[in-house]
Amino acid sequence: MSTVLPPEGTAARPPLLELRRLTVRYGNVDALSRLNATFAAGEITCVLGENGSGKSTLVSVLSGLQRHDDGQLLLAGEPVRFRSPRQARTAGIATVWQDLAVAPLLSVWRNFFLGAEPTLGAWPLRRLDLDTAREVTVRSMARVGVPGVDPDAPASALQAGERQSLAIARALHFGARALVLDEPTTPMTMARQTLFGQAVLAARAQGLAIVLVTNNPRYAHLIGDRFLLLAGGQVAGNLTRDDVDADMLTALMAGGEELSTLTATLTALHPELGER
Amino acid sequence: MTGFGGGSTPERGHLPTSRTPLQHAGPIVETGHSARRGGPAADVPSADLPGRPVITDRVPSFGAAQTEVPRGRRTVRRALARPSLPALVGLVLALGVFAAHDPAMLTWGGMATVLDSAALLGIGGVAVALLLIAGQFDLSIGVVAVASSLVTALLIGNAGWSVWPALLASLVAALAVGVVNGVLVVNTGLPSFLVTLATYLILQGTAQAGTHALAGSARVAGLDHAPGWASAAAVFGATHQVGEGRFRVSLLWWVGVTALGAWVLWRTRFGNAVFASGGARRAARELGVPVRRTTVALFCLTATAGWLLGTLSLVRLDGVQATTPGLISAVDFIVVAVIGGCLLTGGFGSIIGASLGALLYAVSREGIALAGWDQRWFQALLGVLLLMALLANGQVRRRLKAVPRS
Repeated sequence: MSTVLPPEGTAARPPLLELRRLTVRYGNVDALSRLNATFAAGEITCVLGENGSGKSTLVSVLSGLQRHDDGQLLLAGEPVRFRSPRQARTAGIATVWQDLAVAPLLSVWRNFFLGAEPTLGAWPLRRLDLDTAREVTVRSMARVGVPGVDPDAPASALQAGERQSLAIARALHFGARALVLDEPTTPMTMARQTLFGQAVLAARAQGLAIVLVTNNPRYAHLIGDRFLLLAGGQVAGNLTRDDVDADMLTALMAGGEELSTLTATLTALHPELGER
Repeated sequence: MTGFGGGSTPERGHLPTSRTPLQHAGPIVETGHSARRGGPAADVPSADLPGRPVITDRVPSFGAAQTEVPRGRRTVRRALARPSLPALVGLVLALGVFAAHDPAMLTWGGMATVLDSAALLGIGGVAVALLLIAGQFDLSIGVVAVASSLVTALLIGNAGWSVWPALLASLVAALAVGVVNGVLVVNTGLPSFLVTLATYLILQGTAQAGTHALAGSARVAGLDHAPGWASAAAVFGATHQVGEGRFRVSLLWWVGVTALGAWVLWRTRFGNAVFASGGARRAARELGVPVRRTTVALFCLTATAGWLLGTLSLVRLDGVQATTPGLISAVDFIVVAVIGGCLLTGGFGSIIGASLGALLYAVSREGIALAGWDQRWFQALLGVLLLMALLANGQVRRRLKAVPRS
């Protein structure tokens, strides 16, 4: 119980997000079982695993939708326990959901500022600051790789990848420290993934800790710095880019048994992996 | 400027304005984002990324690398996507038909009649439209009008209050009904249609039975000797004679309510919350929009509109009849709002449209009366109007998805 290992790099400052023996139960079933992981600022950690491996539970916990039953969730070294998505967002963890939290008939800038609109004037005459809102929206979208967006277009006119970019740009603008991305389960086209990747890399450049939940190992290998493999609610592997190549990641994703043998092999090669 | 929305899915392929299929040549990689977006977006600060290739995932056959939509066509497209357009077209048509049939419609007297009946509908219609945009119904507005004016009348006539305190008390009572409606809807998650139907029945029964018990008859009248009546009559019942037409002050209330409603909806945070509550409630909640507070506030707003309607009629008729079936029934307000372009699913709609819808309603009703036709035709006509509005709204909604607006 006492062998909670501080991950490397704690000497300077704690990692932005850290899970210590994190456990989530649904009834008698452990959706996540004593999970240890760290998500460092300025790094993209890809969470990979089969369906039912606990990926979505992890997203729920990080975003505040689900409370953990045991263990700790540390944000910049402080243990936290979110009661609502709003609390998580206030603490600086922005989540981009599969459904993207976009109101389709509202314009892009209204979506961008939804819930936090800039205003002018005092109460009875307090009104939306349209020019600022439009300008900030365009600038923020350009920052994540979608230049020249028309802020007055309805959000439904955006392509799916651009909608994700909108959500990421929103997170960046409102000062998120960590970004949790739940990749859509539907296959994305190359172009959408490009847009999405652009936005994710832009967020990394801003120094955010990024947790990217994905089903696509090749894509994960392309943009990820670290790879957290989940199986049956437990960590099946915690690898860096140097440990694996894309083919290996794909193979790891392929099946649970293969995954565990490979993990064992890797653990033999890299003893420090076994402690996670 | 509408270019980038066009054609990314087949659904958008059948937009009304012509898109030349020769334009695209299946671009997967387009250079020059400004060309892609076209229009005003080109001069935004993103110009510091010149010539950066933007990769799109358009299906080549719908490619539509729209460079620049001609200004005229863009205006047309924008107009076609306005939710209030069907109401405007209907209004012009109805005016044309009825005025051609009987020019009395266009005299001062005819206009006064039409506008008078439109004003009451419009005040309620605007409030109901706001609520519809937030994805909720209110069936109790008409009965709140009757009940609140009964409260006022009983307080003045039976309890001997002066007019203004009585009006204030009935406003508070109306707001209480709104709060109850709103809190019930928000806390139970029940459909507001049913919740307000229940309030409607309760209020209707209470108003009729209560008036009989307290006043001895279904009618409370003879209030014009109460202190403060003169000033109340000036605010809620003033008239202005132009030619043979007598224009009532309710017209000004209607214009004021419409202007305020439109401003609030498009230019305030509250308005944004209203849109989001109806269009994407879960997303709104995830983003911290006060959905519950907004909903309760909107129910209070419709209750206040009901109170205003009740007060306007009370002052005009110098009394109130408890058996009046809800002045104008609440369904009429919903019809007016839907004709004005509100989506029943919430998320979009128009305040100006709701007012135009009220005007269309009034023109049709008075037009049939002036033309000397059987009044019963009006309901059939209204049904046709509603059906056409629903179909048109579906079209507008489809266009909305691709057309810029703010």
